[in-house]
Amino acid sequence: MVSVRSIYTQPSSLTYSDLPWIIQHREDRCTLCGQCTAVCPKQAIYLTYRRQRLPKLDILQKKRGNDYRHFVGIRQNTDIDKMCIGCGMCASVCPNEAISPVPNTNEHRSRFHMDQKGDAWKRGGRRNAPGKTILDRIAFDRISMLTDPALDAGRHEFNINTILGRILPPEEFLRRQAAGEWIPPTREIFPFVIGSMSFGALSPNMWLGLLQGVAYCNEVLGIPVVMATGEGGCPPWVLRSPFLKYIILQIASGYFGWDEIIRAIPEMQCDPAAIEIKYGQGAKPGDGGLLMWFKVSKLIARLRGVPEGVDLPSPPVHQTLYSIEESVMKMIQTLSMAFGFRVPVYPKISGSTSAKSVLNNLVRNPYASGLLIDGIDGGTGAAYNVSMDATGHPIASNLRECYLDLVAQGRQNEIPLFAAGGVGKNGNVTQNGMALIMLGASGVHIGKYIMQAAAGCLGNELGRCNICNVGLCPKGITSQNPKLYRRLDPDDVAQRVADTFSSIRTEMKKIMAPLGRSQSLPIGMSDALGIDDADAAEKLGIKYIC
Amino acid sequence: MCRLALKTADIPFSPYEVLTGMEAMQEGYDGSGLGLLLRGVSFEDFKYKKEEQVILSGIAHTEAAAKRLHKIMDERGFEQEYDHCFKVKPELIEAKDRFQYIVRVYKKPQGLSQVELEDRLMQTRLFLRKDGEAHGGDLTAFSLWPDVVMIKEVGWPLDIGNALGLDDGRIKARVVMAQGRQNTNYGINLYACHPFFIQGIATMTNGENTAFVPIKEWLLGKNIPGYMGYQSDSEVFAHILHYVTKKLNLPLACYKHIITPLKTEELNAHPQGEFLKGLRTACRRLIIDGPNAVIGTLPDESCLLVMDQKKLRPATVGGRPGAWAIASEMCGVEALIPDRDPSLDFQPMREHTVIIPPDRKELLIWSQFDQFTLSQAA
Repeated sequence: MVSVRSIYTQPSSLTYSDLPWIIQHREDRCTLCGQCTAVCPKQAIYLTYRRQRLPKLDILQKKRGNDYRHFVGIRQNTDIDKMCIGCGMCASVCPNEAISPVPNTNEHRSRFHMDQKGDAWKRGGRRNAPGKTILDRIAFDRISMLTDPALDAGRHEFNINTILGRILPPEEFLRRQAAGEWIPPTREIFPFVIGSMSFGALSPNMWLGLLQGVAYCNEVLGIPVVMATGEGGCPPWVLRSPFLKYIILQIASGYFGWDEIIRAIPEMQCDPAAIEIKYGQGAKPGDGGLLMWFKVSKLIARLRGVPEGVDLPSPPVHQTLYSIEESVMKMIQTLSMAFGFRVPVYPKISGSTSAKSVLNNLVRNPYASGLLIDGIDGGTGAAYNVSMDATGHPIASNLRECYLDLVAQGRQNEIPLFAAGGVGKNGNVTQNGMALIMLGASGVHIGKYIMQAAAGCLGNELGRCNICNVGLCPKGITSQNPKLYRRLDPDDVAQRVADTFSSIRTEMKKIMAPLGRSQSLPIGMSDALGIDDADAAEKLGIKYIC
Repeated sequence: MCRLALKTADIPFSPYEVLTGMEAMQEGYDGSGLGLLLRGVSFEDFKYKKEEQVILSGIAHTEAAAKRLHKIMDERGFEQEYDHCFKVKPELIEAKDRFQYIVRVYKKPQGLSQVELEDRLMQTRLFLRKDGEAHGGDLTAFSLWPDVVMIKEVGWPLDIGNALGLDDGRIKARVVMAQGRQNTNYGINLYACHPFFIQGIATMTNGENTAFVPIKEWLLGKNIPGYMGYQSDSEVFAHILHYVTKKLNLPLACYKHIITPLKTEELNAHPQGEFLKGLRTACRRLIIDGPNAVIGTLPDESCLLVMDQKKLRPATVGGRPGAWAIASEMCGVEALIPDRDPSLDFQPMREHTVIIPPDRKELLIWSQFDQFTLSQAA
């Protein structure tokens, strides 16, 4: 036996079976074209020479010996920072189906070594909680079968838009209308909103593709989709364009990009759709935004007004000498005033047991235009793994409790609630969204789904990829490196955005028609919902079905 | 789907006429109930004066309940002036717990403003209802209002008419609303029977309101007395009409704009589009999702008919000066007013509100696309 010391090994030395993904390479098919190694953003694979021993046996001469040959093949790196992420780009470019990552079913020893140099594991992506969610399990079970036959989803006329903005009680609306007083601004929008993903988190091509797609949905397809910017501002040409009306500008605790926005106000051709004040995010509740240095390119640095190549961690809360309540109130009022009280301003918070307190605070604030609650299954460009996995509150019961709180006060039409965090994470985007709407949401925000559907994001709930934080996105969606983001054609993204929203619109009708609903979005139509879990049914105040 | 019939005429007629008219449409109900509402009431043996008197309608299911009712009305200062005695044939009634059908005339309480009076009447009705519910449902109160009689009972409409002797002409009215019920979602409950009544406003509806739960939750949240019950999904139509006309003080033409608002593209071209868009948003939770045909009557004996936006429920209005009918089917109108010109019958489209004004001379047809008149806009 060889002494251990003579073999190069460290505590963090890993081998293939320790990694979450193992590259399977078939030498009999490989033509050594090199495309796989060129496309891999992690340098997880490399071309290498190996020597092979060929036993040689000459029976007639009664001689034994060896022949040796050299061959060229693809091998996998076992360094933590070059570990295969399972994105499968190698497989997708291989002309000869010679290579593919396969998930390792063994325990991953690598999990214990993600904190090299004392830096806790940071990643992008999602919570990685596979399996059906509560939303996936909700069925629409109140089908019109007797007095009223189900409607024809293909031929009926459907009103499926929602309202973003503070809505006055009818008595107060009429009083202010008669007196000529201020009536809070509202927007009629499609209930599926592209959730906040910053210009910084996303590549310029992705952002441009999304915006092109959104404009096409609005101007050609008649689907009034809006998208939110996330923290980090908005490109100056967009701020001065007529497309600004499709954009929700986010202000978060780092205030990145707001110099540009404020300077652009006098030159804006139209008002933005709304202003979102980020107080929290489902993926990393109680933590601020994070743009890691890898992604702070020259362009991003200019937009955000910061030096290039530095980490940009936003503080967990907005800077204030006063209480959070006061801070919320003042920010809402200030931003309303900045845009002449013509733009809805609403906060975004992470799903939490304190959501109801925030909501009740907003109910009494005449300038608050809504509340967006982002649940634990929300995604992010960069966060500590522990925040993503273990911190937060699922959206379904959080949203439902808030809605029922408003119902008890008779204010459910006044403050629209928007829900986010895992909507469509298993692909059932319309079903998930409509379930939340029937639980009381006025609309939902979708981030990960739109990245997967419109740009082909490779992330999944089994930990695939999840490297948005380091700017090495294999598809060029979350990278600031031109070599990577050139992989993404904005026109193709725009086409997929249009495809996605067209099909969501059709599926909404396919859900509403059997329920006999077509005239208004079925917000709070909880009598149409059932779930095969008695405890969840009780918690959500819907039927238990089995 | 239930069947509805309404007849309004200058000359008071027997409600039995409407019940026989309903026979023409009997494919559409299943004998699970009849609801009747009478306005412009006259009794054979009593001269009723609507300016001075109010009428209580209901059922005392036991003798004890009848006694309690008497006591409650007495304590609340209602002086009884007439008690209409139905000549009941109990063998024709399915239910066996009917001690007495109540149609009683009381003297209006004095010294109250109109608003206070309306409030007092409703609170008394609600108190009676609550009292009945607290005693195992032995007392049912349908209405307490000037010039309104309501009868609700389980069974076939004509059988109920015969059982209560409505054919004897002792009670007549200028406006009669009737519903032959087809039981669907909800248990047979007298309060679930149309027409629904609140402070002089009554509606009855065909079809199902699939937006019932969100509308109900919103109305309950307003904490307006009388916005309760909701044993039927159609009760919200009466309450919305009440809310629009009495709480928001909007013209009747706005009712349709609230329950079935026009689309944004249509409102963009409407002369009052901006206002209507704001109204639509503020009253978004009151948008109904039929298919429904809503037939209503108001204290001044106006009658109205509106359809939901999908217009998947039929309803026809027809008649001649002095007598008009609204029914679920054309044969119903034919049975109620045979001496009219059927070519002038009107079937409203999704944008129409049909009004039969109290003078009963001609139909008023409002379209949601029309501009409001100056007085309405004011």
